[in-house]
Amino acid sequence: MERPSLAQTLLVQALAALTGLAAGAILIWLTGGDPILAYGGLWEGSLGRPASISETLVWSTPYILAGLAVGLAFRGGLFNIGAEGQLSVGALTAAWVGFSVQGVPWPAHLLLALAAGALAGAALAGLAGWLKARTGAHEVITTIMLNYIALLGTGYLLSGLLKDPSPFVVVAQTPKVLESARIPALFSDLRVHWGLLLALLLAVGCWWLLFRSTLGFAIRTVGLNPSAARYAGISIAGTVVLTMALSGTLAGLAGAIEVLGVNYYHTPGFSVGYGFDSIAVALLGKSHPLGVIPAALLFGALRAGATRMQFVSQIPIDVISVVQGIILLLVAADDLVRRFYRIGGRPAAVSAERAAEGTVARTWGRAD
Amino acid sequence: MLDVVVALLAISIVKSTPIVLGALSGTVSERSGIVNIAIEGMMLGAAFAGFAVAVQTGSLGLGFVSAMLAGALLALLHAVLTVRYAVDQIITGTAINILAVGLTGFFNRQLFATGAPAGAMVLPRLHVPVLGDVPVLGPILFQHQPLTFLAIVLVIVLQWALFRTRWGLRTRAVGEHPLAADTVGIHVSRLRIGNVILGGILAGLGGAYFTLESVPHFEPLMTNGRGFIALAAMIFGKWTPLGAWGAALLFGFTEALPVTLQIQGFAVPYQLVSMLPYVLTIVVVAGLVGRAHAPAAVGVPYLKGQRASG
Repeated sequence: MERPSLAQTLLVQALAALTGLAAGAILIWLTGGDPILAYGGLWEGSLGRPASISETLVWSTPYILAGLAVGLAFRGGLFNIGAEGQLSVGALTAAWVGFSVQGVPWPAHLLLALAAGALAGAALAGLAGWLKARTGAHEVITTIMLNYIALLGTGYLLSGLLKDPSPFVVVAQTPKVLESARIPALFSDLRVHWGLLLALLLAVGCWWLLFRSTLGFAIRTVGLNPSAARYAGISIAGTVVLTMALSGTLAGLAGAIEVLGVNYYHTPGFSVGYGFDSIAVALLGKSHPLGVIPAALLFGALRAGATRMQFVSQIPIDVISVVQGIILLLVAADDLVRRFYRIGGRPAAVSAERAAEGTVARTWGRAD
Repeated sequence: MLDVVVALLAISIVKSTPIVLGALSGTVSERSGIVNIAIEGMMLGAAFAGFAVAVQTGSLGLGFVSAMLAGALLALLHAVLTVRYAVDQIITGTAINILAVGLTGFFNRQLFATGAPAGAMVLPRLHVPVLGDVPVLGPILFQHQPLTFLAIVLVIVLQWALFRTRWGLRTRAVGEHPLAADTVGIHVSRLRIGNVILGGILAGLGGAYFTLESVPHFEPLMTNGRGFIALAAMIFGKWTPLGAWGAALLFGFTEALPVTLQIQGFAVPYQLVSMLPYVLTIVVVAGLVGRAHAPAAVGVPYLKGQRASG
């Protein structure tokens, strides 16, 4: 069976995105709204002005990292639903190191805070990996449970031990991180920061790790065919723990970067949604580290523009989730898109090999 | 002290209702070979549809039906894409979850921007004659709202149906070895689509719990992860209705505990006690359940006339 060319894949993805937006417009129109006004706002808020582009990139940065996290786990045959929790412990730990460690000069303090956030995420996800390797506990269950534990735990610390002691702060949030632990902005008076470059660098790093390194080969082999991996002498348990820890590292960094580059403090609820959106980002990018980047940019642009859209047109922000859901469906069901827009180059019927290629769902029932 | 324990157990059963319904939804779907991680989205969609229709028509019955319909519709989407078009089941599930969040949030703000109209209500509490009057057991088991009873009945019915009827045998055959099932003349696609839709209806009932039984209003994201916990209950219960019920009761108990402690005035940090269900799940899943065995063909699309490898 011939594989579709890259250009054709991209065309189908673009058509899926446009169709999703069109469906959103129809929904707005059906409920009495003005789609042109709404999408004008969406455009203005996401790409129409330099400041908007900056906001899109700010939103995209954690999406890239968390998308890489989920995608890497998928490649290893693991479903990490816990990015949400790993993000929040990463954010909290980075904030804690950022405001409590004194007297360390700028780049060192920043690196320390980033490392702490990465480590916290790695520990939380690694725990799920270890439980799976050791006892067979399904990572879907453990990562979801760890999500709640992490969110409740960070909430507890934020309203107690790590709460800003200043009498002017009534809500649960940490003190601001010191200047020496902050990620500098890329341009003066725009919020986009060097964390974006770090995220892009890590995407390339992930690509290298997965497709050019021995460890990546082990991760992918365990993901595709555990018996083959075992036969080849790869330690499945070790690879599972390592894959989850690496995945958690990326998610933890997503949280840390958001704290150190944008907000400078951590507060409960800041990360809500990133974790689940990142599953969609990873799927949209076909779990490929470089595919995650455009997917994250798309999600970032939609999120950044949504606020402006709601402001100018009073169309609820939620329409963006509808658009995202439809895009995700259409990218997955690309045969539908091909048929609808009559794009050739592939037999109409789905072949069994292609169906079997689906790397995500088939890892579900695997008992190894 | 006794009445505290009685209240605790009664609340546990109530809290387990959406979880057990969700777990049953997952069980009938996955037993036929289709992964359903969209239980959360189906519940949320059903919670909203049930509420919106009940408020607009003033009829709880119509609300109830709409909740089931909403679950069935989202399930139909899942079924058609995964069975007919062999789309990755995890992806469609994720997409449906996102869609449900978007659609419910959107229509909630469009319809009830100024707050829902008054007059919304919840299903009445039923008091089973005779049994409801038994001390201790009565208040724990026999004084609940309809969905809580229905969930328990459905557990028993589905346990029987799955292991004692032709439909159950076929479902399990299709989930374990679709090619063999096909060879003996079972219509694999039709059975899978039917089971996924049945799962959608069950998830719809679970969604109805939130707005028609628990509280008479809708909030965005109000299912709050119950669909995922239901998934955990399904796996924990090893893909059997009875097992899922046991797991759901455990989750219900750990959810009821912080509520009860608070009512009793214990000064324990709310967040830490609320962690209990989740910590306990991990301990139990890791320590007691061990390797869970899913139906062999779960997640693998089946295409007639072709042998999917692996």
